[in-house]
Amino acid sequence: MRFAVVQFGGSNCDLDAAHVLSHVCGVDTDLRWYKEGLGRNYDAVVIPGGFSYGDYLRAGAIAARTPVMEEILRHAKGGGLVLGICNGAQIAAESGLVPGTFAINAYPKFLCRPTHLRVENNETPFTSLYREGEVIRLPIAHKEGRYMADAAVLAAMNRNKRVIFRFCDPEGRVTEEANPNGSAENITGILGEGGNFLAMMPHPERASEGVLGSEDGKKIFLSMIRYIETTG
Amino acid sequence: MNFDVEVRITLKPGILDPEARAIQHALADLGFPTSRLSTARIFSISMEAGDRTEAEEKARQMCERLLANPVIHRYEVEVRE
Repeated sequence: MRFAVVQFGGSNCDLDAAHVLSHVCGVDTDLRWYKEGLGRNYDAVVIPGGFSYGDYLRAGAIAARTPVMEEILRHAKGGGLVLGICNGAQIAAESGLVPGTFAINAYPKFLCRPTHLRVENNETPFTSLYREGEVIRLPIAHKEGRYMADAAVLAAMNRNKRVIFRFCDPEGRVTEEANPNGSAENITGILGEGGNFLAMMPHPERASEGVLGSEDGKKIFLSMIRYIETTG
Repeated sequence: MNFDVEVRITLKPGILDPEARAIQHALADLGFPTSRLSTARIFSISMEAGDRTEAEEKARQMCERLLANPVIHRYEVEVRE
């Protein structure tokens, strides 16, 4: 089993993601510079957080049009797992891999703080180790994270159980006060059409070790590993 | 032929523009209350094309494929020779 973490110019959570995968979860992980492409087949690809291309034009817009994204698209079409975190989620939305977009926060400033999330669907390759409805704590760090999609898309996402995480309060209530950035229906984690692509704004790699205050994020990576082990 | 094209990207009506709202508040603090304020992004582009129609079509393709995000944006293209 082998994971890839793709590095764009301006990625800055690439080493954190690779650290958690290789040292905390114990899975072989390669860092892949985007210009060199994937170079081989991987079981899973992580598009990490950061500021690819300095967020020029729109966050993720330019990285989404690079050749490595075509490779990642092929990987996903072939059933491979892809996890887009923060800037990786913005890139995924800009690529059309997940519907909707991540627009500038309702209160337009950079937010960096812990949030509570409710796991809305645990029957996915990314969340099988959580309980449905479980409340987890992961940090956010973004300025453009307000999930937006039109009403028809939102209805389809809800119907098809492709909403994976919603911002909530510590008791799991999905309220306006618990929504830090104004996301539609508090949504901050969504699944692509094939069910093998998760785009999420919160950072699981920053909450995968007890010393960092929360290990809640680790189960995403461990769920992916388990999925690959059981389907591989 | 060389054409100068101006592309103007704006938010679709009804889409929240937090940046515009913040600017409006700041203007109000300076003593300029406003009833409406919106932001836009303008790209000034020079390019080769066979004729005006081709230049306009190319600019539209640029918007569709990169410059605009169809979920939240609309765009206008103006061709100048």
